[in-house]
Amino acid sequence: MSTASQTIHFSVNGERKQVNAPPMKRLLDVLREDLRLTGTKEGCGEGECGSCSVRLNGELVNSCLVPVLQAEGAVIQTVEGLETDGRLHSLQEAFLKCGGAQCGICTPGMLMASAQLMDRNPRPTMAEVREALAGNLCRCTGYMRIFESVLAAAVSCKSETELTETRDAR
Amino acid sequence: MRGNAAAHELVAPGNLAAVLDLLAHEPGKWTPIAGGTELMVAFAAGRLTTPKLVNLWGISELRFIDTTADEVVIGAGSTFLDLRRDAVIAADLPLLAKASSWIGSIANQGRATIGGNLVNGSPAADSSPALLAYDAEIEMVSVRGKRRVPYAEFHTGYKRNLLAPDELIYAVHLRRHFAKHKQYLRKVGTRRAMAISKIALAATALVEDGLIREIRIGTASLAPFPTRLSTVESALLGKALTQQAIDAARLALLSEAKPIDDIRSTAEYRKQVAANLLKEFLLELHVDLSGEGARG
Repeated sequence: MSTASQTIHFSVNGERKQVNAPPMKRLLDVLREDLRLTGTKEGCGEGECGSCSVRLNGELVNSCLVPVLQAEGAVIQTVEGLETDGRLHSLQEAFLKCGGAQCGICTPGMLMASAQLMDRNPRPTMAEVREALAGNLCRCTGYMRIFESVLAAAVSCKSETELTETRDAR
Repeated sequence: MRGNAAAHELVAPGNLAAVLDLLAHEPGKWTPIAGGTELMVAFAAGRLTTPKLVNLWGISELRFIDTTADEVVIGAGSTFLDLRRDAVIAADLPLLAKASSWIGSIANQGRATIGGNLVNGSPAADSSPALLAYDAEIEMVSVRGKRRVPYAEFHTGYKRNLLAPDELIYAVHLRRHFAKHKQYLRKVGTRRAMAISKIALAATALVEDGLIREIRIGTASLAPFPTRLSTVESALLGKALTQQAIDAARLALLSEAKPIDDIRSTAEYRKQVAANLLKEFLLELHVDLSGEGARG
């Protein structure tokens, strides 16, 4: 049996997209194969490692566990959407500066989970960083440099939310 | 990835009535999918045998937390992040808030639903011990109407439950009357985050005039499905909290619990640790009582 593909609409990183895919196709595969947004990685494929983390309607999700039909009408942000006008996100700068990335497979997911944390909590404690990243596995860094990168981003730069709020206040 | 997306149908009727109509029209043919944290894992591994799935994610009629003076009603489609963010649950049902924080990672908590956790029926389900200790009720819905059963009766075997083929869980009902109860919840797993429990035990108890008037003990990974320890509860009910009573309860647990050896732990370890958790709870309860006695 073969299920017909459907047209599914959503926005990714601020751009409206339309894809034709079987409704059970994983959002991860639609992002990587149909939209060529290969920043999002596949690690375990079972929601344990967080490599495929993206934001879906403002919540962090493992895109390997989302059938694309459930993304109909959604607002999606991937790691490619963290930069603004060619400027890296403060978290990306901090990961570069503090050695938060080595092989790079976990990095997009780490960045998305960290961005999700900092939007709600711009000054997280180490314990809060650890909890926010508990679903993201890294086999290179031993985690400390990743945690330090997130804390450095929190100290040196205001989060995007704060920047937006500051702009709006003017 | 071994799953083939084209081999599965997935439809999104968009509202509860339309989903129930579909289930009634072809009972047992459709598998509901909400946050996908269980079914999508099976799908990717090529283990998803059901060809027809019906989407529950995004149905707002199933995603609510309603609070009255006496009760908290949690829609089956509420995620564990929804539960963690609810002030009434945090204040009045702290064991459930704590259990919600144990579900996988933040990304999993934002997708996994309480209804999905219960229907999936893992013996190790994180939310179950707390729901058993709070004596939750499950409300089920179909085109035939709604019905309610105590959660302690919902699971009927390994991955089996009371739902008819055309039924969904609609909501979980919890009473808000545990302010005077001693409450306890502890999970033992291999690491703090993400790990599935080797054993978990939740309990609530009300002591009046030195006697245990109410006690409920919910466990995970001690049986083919999450269970209350009714023999242990009976051994303690109406008793004063003496060393003798604590020892008797411990022995009752060791004879009542029938855990298994599996990839995560052994039956013997599970029994001993469960008995230790029970003792820890009863000793904490004892300390509270002594403290009150000293003040009184």
